[in-house]
Parts: sequence; C-alpha cells; structure tokens
Amino acid sequence: MNNILEEKILEVKNLKTYFYTDGGVVKAVDGVNFDLKMGETLGIVGETGSGKSITALTILGLIPIPPGRIESGEIIFEGQDLLKYKISNLKHFRGNKISMIFQDPMTSLNPVFTIGYQIIESILAHQNVTKKQAYAQALELLDMVGISDRKKRMKSYPHEFSGGMRQRAMIAMAIANSPSILIADEPTTALDVTIQAQILELLDTLKKKTNSSVILITHDLGVIAKYAERVMVMYAGKPVEFASVDDIFYKPLHPYTLGLIGSISKLNEEKKERLKPIKGAPPSLIDLPKGCTFASRCKFAVKKCKENFPPAIEEETGHFTACFRAKEFMDGSLSRD
Amino acid sequence: MFYYILKRILQIIPVVIGITILLFVLMYVIPEDPARLILEKGATPQALQNLREKMGIDKPVYVQYWRYVKQLSKGDLGTSYRYRRSVNSILAEHYPNSIKLAFVAIIIETIIGLLAGIISAVRKYSFLDVLVTVSTTILVCIPVYWLGMLLQIGFGLKLGWLPMSGMGDGSIRFYILPAITLASVSTAFVARITRSTMLDVMSNDYIRTAYAKGLSNNSVIYKHGLKNALIPVVTYIGIDLGTLMGGAILTETIFAWPGVGRTIYLAILQRDAPVVIGGTIVLVLIFVFMNLFVDIIYAILDPRIRLEGGGNINV
Repeated sequence: MNNILEEKILEVKNLKTYFYTDGGVVKAVDGVNFDLKMGETLGIVGETGSGKSITALTILGLIPIPPGRIESGEIIFEGQDLLKYKISNLKHFRGNKISMIFQDPMTSLNPVFTIGYQIIESILAHQNVTKKQAYAQALELLDMVGISDRKKRMKSYPHEFSGGMRQRAMIAMAIANSPSILIADEPTTALDVTIQAQILELLDTLKKKTNSSVILITHDLGVIAKYAERVMVMYAGKPVEFASVDDIFYKPLHPYTLGLIGSISKLNEEKKERLKPIKGAPPSLIDLPKGCTFASRCKFAVKKCKENFPPAIEEETGHFTACFRAKEFMDGSLSRD
Repeated sequence: MFYYILKRILQIIPVVIGITILLFVLMYVIPEDPARLILEKGATPQALQNLREKMGIDKPVYVQYWRYVKQLSKGDLGTSYRYRRSVNSILAEHYPNSIKLAFVAIIIETIIGLLAGIISAVRKYSFLDVLVTVSTTILVCIPVYWLGMLLQIGFGLKLGWLPMSGMGDGSIRFYILPAITLASVSTAFVARITRSTMLDVMSNDYIRTAYAKGLSNNSVIYKHGLKNALIPVVTYIGIDLGTLMGGAILTETIFAWPGVGRTIYLAILQRDAPVVIGGTIVLVLIFVFMNLFVDIIYAILDPRIRLEGGGNINV
C-alpha cells in the first residue's frame, strides 16, 4: 500500500544552475519546476547531460562554486528556501533531512576509513548520541540494508566489499538519520543487473518503512515504470514533461517522451518492431538553439517551435508538458506515430 | 603483514651483497696504493711490500673481497687507512650528528611543507597559494650550497644571530641554519606534493559523499581529504629521511658539520677505501630500512595495500 499524502515536502521553482567555463556558460539546469509529495517516489528521467544530477546536487548545495552558480530559483523544504541558506549551514540538512545516494559506489566511499566508521560518522554528525549508541545504530542499519556478518563488516574497508554491498552501505549511511527525502542519483547504474533489482527493491522497502520521499534519478525507463509514482522528463536542462507514471507511459504528450518510450524494447508484444532511436544528439548546453531545444530532433516540429521555447502547460490535471503540439496529441488530431 | 616484513628484510641481503661488490670493484680500480697511504713518505720498498702482504692487498680482488665479506659478517667494517682507527668507531662518532641534523630538517620540511601545501590547496588561486607556488619554485631552483652560503652571510655574518658553522656545544642554535639549508628543497617538494594530492583528493566522489553526509568543512578537508592525501607525502618524506641521513654532503661540508656525509666526502678525497665502503654500506642499510618503514606506514594509512598471507598484493 502506498500511502501518499498530498502534502508537498519539497518544491523546486524555476531553478537555474549554470556553469561558467572557458568555453562559455553551460546552462546545466535551466528553469526546473517540480514538487515532491510526502511518501512518493518521483522519477527524474533524461539522457546524460540533461541536468538530472545537477538538479539533485543543487538541492543539497553540492555544486562546486565556482564554476557553478545558481542563477535563480527557490528550493522550498519545510517552508524554508534552501537557497537562502549559507552553504556552511546546509550541513544541518545534508545527510539528516535530505540524504543522497550516488551513482558509483566504487568511488563514493572513502577508501581509508572502515564502513563502520563511515556510517557512525553520519550518525554522530546529526544525532546527540554516544559512540557506543551510534555503533549499535550502525549495526541495526546494516541489518536493515541486508548486510550479514555485521560486526565483521563494520571493520571492513570499502575495497573488501562488492559493488552491491558498497551501495547497501551507502544506503545505510543515507538512511542513518531517517531523512524525509532520499535522493538516489542513478543508484544502480554501476551495478550488475541482478544486483540492480535487489538495490531498487531495498530502496523501495526502506522508503515504505520510513515513509520518506524518494527522488529517483535514472535513465532507465523500466526502473521508472516500476518504482516511480510521478515522473519528470528532462531534456537539455529543462523539464519537458511532468506527469504521473501512467500518463507518461500511456499518454505521453511530449515528442521526446515518445521517443524515449519508442527506443526501449517491448518483449511481450506480438508485433516485432524495430527499436526507434531518437535521431540526432542533444544540443550543446553552451549554445542552446532559440526556441524548443528538442525541435531539431523532433519530427513534429513546426515553425513556431524554432522561435520560442514552449511554456509548460497543465494539459490535464497534474500533467504538464512543454510542447506546442501537446493539445493535438491530447485530442487525437495528431497521431503519436 | 609479518610475512611481508620478513620478505622485505630478506630482500636486503642481495642488495647489500650487490653494493659491496660494486664498491669493492670501484675502490679497487682506483690506482692508489693503500700501503703508501698508510706509511710515511720515504718508506722502504721492503716495508711497503711487507705491509701489502700483511693487509692481503697483493692478492687477487676476489680473495680480498672474500676476506672483506668474512670480516663484514662479523660486523667489522675494517680499519681506516688514514686515521688508523676502526671504521666502526669513526662512523659511530659521526653518524649521530648526521642523524640529528636529518631529523631537525625532516621536522622543518614536514611542518612547513605540509602546512604550506594544505593552505595553498584549500585556498586555491588565492594570494597565499600563489606565494607558495612562487616560493617553492624559487627554493627548488636555488643550489643548496648557495642558499647555505647566503644564510651564513645573512644570519651568521651580518646579523650575527646564529653561528655560521660547526656544531659547537650541540645546542639547537647550531642546527638552525644547516637544517634549513638541508630541508629547503624537500620543503618545497613536500608543499608541492601536498598541494597537488590534496587538490586531486578533494575532487573525488567520496569527498562529495562526505559533504552530502553533512560533515563540516574542516572535517571533510582534514579527515577525509588529508588522510588520503598523506599517502604520497609520507612516502616522499620517508624516502627523503633515508636520503638526508646519508647524503648531506654539500650541507655538511659548507657548515663544517661533523657528520657522516662530510666524513665520506673527505674519505673519498683521501682514497680511504674502508671508510668509503663501510660508510656507504651503513647508508644503504639505513636507506633500505627507511623504505621498509615507509611501506609499513603506507599500509597503515592505506588499507588497500595492507598485505595478507604470503604477501599477495590485495588491491
């Protein structure tokens, strides 16, 4: 049973994170809007460089400044705008109320400290407990994430762990302070397929147990379909579609979402179809075209697509799309093929 | 770990054998007759010949070598041609001076080098960083003997704050100038290595994880960053300690420091083979043991290279 309350726990408004490089300004995140409800899993999908990870890192203030700079926006968490905080004060949120799990468990753990030390460190950073209590908590956390032989494992170093176990240890660290939001940035990309499923199941179970909200960043639509309740599709730093997971898969209104769905294989369908890759490559984030960033790859593009970026419109309740032709998809006057 | 250390100690044996052969051959080919060195000018040819026979230097080189090795295995480094004293006692007299100087120099280079490196890494591109970069470049470029002389002239002669040379009564005042001279290049290197490894380490994923956990900036830099960055720095300092302990020839000569570097230097000038060979063997041993010591420290700092069982590297 999913217990989604309608209360918003996080709201991101018009977030813009740019990077000032020698080659020009990289508009990595360019006007992202979304909200996260209590207890839900929000999926953020997009290809590499679409700004998914930067969005997540910006929420926690983990963008290197310089070259990064947050141009505008609001990140409302528990009624406060996180962007108004000094970076040094964000540490009270990081790992405490908002935790993050990173993509590569091989490099995300410090090689010179034991797993136990790194988990206890997370606990001691935010809770007023003794080392002994923290040790007991850490043992409990290892149990929760499914690591056996815990006492021995506490003394192990990251290189003595397999990839899946490291990610479990990362998760143990992330949930150590029972965060209300867990950001999982491609948590399974670096893992074997069998381990991927285990880790995602674990995340889902823990989420339900602790009733926290999850932001699941991935480029794997299969993962989104299984675990997310709502989905934000990003393209070239901008959200192009934001809807419930059913709407995304059954009633996509943005040609890019259509393209993503068309490019995954459907094993259970009778009709054997060739996969339809999206032709072309995403634009350079330094030199974005005028108009819709997807227009050059879009077979539905019309003249006005190349002139202005379409505003995100709520075509039906809770289904936002930034496409001039979304209405035509809606009423069926334009075929999705 | 035990096997690893044992293995490393056993490795020392071929190193020592190799170094003795090399030195023996080198000293043998020098066309100098030790008998002439020992006896006064005007000694009769008969006296010279008698001495040669007594010393065994009329025998072929391998016979001499075997004699030397047998003697060495008893811990006897031979007798100096010049001083007519045992090499053991000469080294025992001078070695402590070199080691003391080396330790003062190491302390200087570790403290100043590490601090400068950390500051310039943490405040990248700041004024302090530029200052460290420029001054380390200058330090590396300055010849040691020139820096030593400048210090002698400046602090010794002009200002008169510190003694110019010698060891005097052995108080710390006498150490300052030679130790700074000896440490100069290494300090610059330590600062550079610290800066670059710190910058390198701070861009790692696990540093981002540490920030994401909500740790304070200091905790991330000095705990998560520095412990990783220390590994190459410790290696450098350890190897440098081995080098400084045996090779402060320039500094010891400029400052008339009664250490082993100067002793070997003088022995080379005087063709005093037993002192050169004996001194060098001791230096090599110290150097090899320092390297072993560094490797052990290394394993303590970096668990990935801690060795198990028969010494398989477990990366």
